[in-house]
Amino acid sequence: MLLTIEINGRQTTAKRGETILTALNRTGVKVPTLCHLSNFSPGGACRMCVVEVEGLSHLVPACSYQVEEWMKIFTHSPRVLKARKTLVELLLANHPDDCLYCDRSGTCELQGLSEELQVRERKYLSKRTPVQIDKACPSIQRDPAKCVLCGRCSRICSEVMGVAAIDAVGRGFHTRIGTSYNKGLNVNACVRCGQCVMGCPTAALTERSSISQVMEALDNKELHTVVQFSPTLPAAIAEEFGLKSNKDILSLLRSVFKKMGFRQSFDISLAADINIMEEAALFPESGSANPGLPLFTSCCPAWVRYVKNLRPEFAHCLSTVKSPQQIMGTLIKKYITSNAGIKTENVFVVSVMPCTAKKAEAEDDGSTPKPVNAVITTRELVKMIRLLGIDISSLEPEPSDTSYAMSSSSGRLFGVSGGHLEGLMRSIHFMSSGQELSPAKITDLRGLKSRKEARVRINKQQVNIVAVSGLANAIALLDEIARGNNSFQIVEVMACENGCINGGGQKIGSDEKNMKARMKALYDADEEEIVKQAHKNPVLTELANKFLSKPNSPGNREILHTIHTQTDGK
Amino acid sequence: MDHFFEKYPLKKPGDLIPLLQDIQAETGYLTDEIIGKVSEHLHIPANRVYGVATFYDQFRFKPRGRYHIRVCRGTSCYLCSSSSYLKEIEKLLKIQCGTVSRDKKFSLEAVSCMGGCSQSPVIRINTTYYHHLSIADLSGIIRSLKEKTE
Repeated sequence: MLLTIEINGRQTTAKRGETILTALNRTGVKVPTLCHLSNFSPGGACRMCVVEVEGLSHLVPACSYQVEEWMKIFTHSPRVLKARKTLVELLLANHPDDCLYCDRSGTCELQGLSEELQVRERKYLSKRTPVQIDKACPSIQRDPAKCVLCGRCSRICSEVMGVAAIDAVGRGFHTRIGTSYNKGLNVNACVRCGQCVMGCPTAALTERSSISQVMEALDNKELHTVVQFSPTLPAAIAEEFGLKSNKDILSLLRSVFKKMGFRQSFDISLAADINIMEEAALFPESGSANPGLPLFTSCCPAWVRYVKNLRPEFAHCLSTVKSPQQIMGTLIKKYITSNAGIKTENVFVVSVMPCTAKKAEAEDDGSTPKPVNAVITTRELVKMIRLLGIDISSLEPEPSDTSYAMSSSSGRLFGVSGGHLEGLMRSIHFMSSGQELSPAKITDLRGLKSRKEARVRINKQQVNIVAVSGLANAIALLDEIARGNNSFQIVEVMACENGCINGGGQKIGSDEKNMKARMKALYDADEEEIVKQAHKNPVLTELANKFLSKPNSPGNREILHTIHTQTDGK
Repeated sequence: MDHFFEKYPLKKPGDLIPLLQDIQAETGYLTDEIIGKVSEHLHIPANRVYGVATFYDQFRFKPRGRYHIRVCRGTSCYLCSSSSYLKEIEKLLKIQCGTVSRDKKFSLEAVSCMGGCSQSPVIRINTTYYHHLSIADLSGIIRSLKEKTE
């Protein structure tokens, strides 16, 4: 039912039951928000969105106040502006003044609000509680001094991730966002997904930067520094630097990496193809090893960490295949560079990922030498490109200098939720029936949905598969499986909603439009690519003769598989 | 721990506070381990359990002394200068509010209203309530407790 309301003297309509903020957003009136997260229940913690309603003695928060018939709303009256300004001044009372040196300078929402509301002096000064920066986790760094207690991180952590690794601790003036028993993030339930970093308006939560480590490696002429990158990177770079999607961004990226000083660059999609082949060979035996239980994909380190530490009863369902990042690192160190006569200890592998959990994954890998030496997020790569003064628009595309650049589009689809499963099914279908899956595209596994179920017929048998994104949805699925009511044979989980295109290392402030564009870039690549199946990748055939043996053979298990054991998180 | 959990077989989120209360009544305070076990039993993330437990003043994370002294700082007691009483006790016991004496005999805590506003200022030692005291009375009470051996 429609209601008539008046916003700043202009009549408009609103739906019954919706909040003032929703109505304002639809009519294009912008009020500042801080704690608000769209698609979440209202928080009402920061009061930044207060508006004046005629007839009410107090200001009301637009995010959590419902519209009423004939409500007269004033969004920018002097009283409202004064209240908002005071709120920011109060938030600044115990906020550090180090904006010049801050990681989020320029992208900080508090800085933006302070600018917008013309705060020009420190009006209130309150005692700062001495807090320590939590640096123990290899992926995420917490600086509670910069926290404004908006609660976005903890709501994301509990509602989207279902983990609640960080939450409000204490009461009143002493409330802070903390961990259980004030221990570091490294020893609690945190899965390192980095979605809290994406949600944080300030620099209270940031990734643990590896930029200096990578710069040092690039500077060390003795080291053969190579880079491997995620299939989501081209779309992210195109978005960041405003490149048209019809440009050959892969070649441009190669040229960027060369300018930065990397000796070689590799697309991880190749390793994703290997991952598919191994998993496809693993699938037939997983049914008999764990009767009635599905095979869980293991490419998402946040998911793997969750299962290992919080649901160890399911750890045996996880595919033992290492993630594409670790496989690519292994391939580079043990085959590609050693073939070229470079000593393994001189090879430094840098991985560019849309993910913070990959940093921890690289560090936790127990094999020697460590397949990946450093992981930087997409955000860190953008910072490095700017730091090194590289102007992408003036660069000439660089042809590939390695024969290991070829990958199937299945490997590239790993970047989006459902993509790994789609690629995997193509190869499983071929391996069990000898025929290609036709059509190669599994429409049920595509799109912006958190749970995508599909059925694929192979040899007159039906395989039930499901792709879930958002760890909380995966946890719900685990509970279903524990209760015994499911019939899935393969379960793909991406901890971040929609998969790596929305990973914790992507650009901060990405919206649904960005998500769709990044998703489309990967789907388009699949449409255009001639080699759509991992098993058709010619590089794999070459590797199979020289470095690897048959998928899931003892030799391959030795280098490409791992055993999932519990670490110290709870 | 199992005997605590038996009382709450339904594992409702609402069982959290009563369960923590039961446990604390027996152990005296909550530990990291207890938080972890409660979290596992009720399927509530450990961090959430810790968050709830730190929100309420009733839950403690440190052991108490044999004599636990509570000084009221509700409005009425505050106006009757209960803070001076608190300072005096701190001086007598040589401990700070919120801590335990080294011999584990005394612990001191400032609490919100205990419901005895007409008797202000109210001080409670274990289960005994003291009211209408003068500051000078405190040293006698503390001394007698110090001398008690059992």
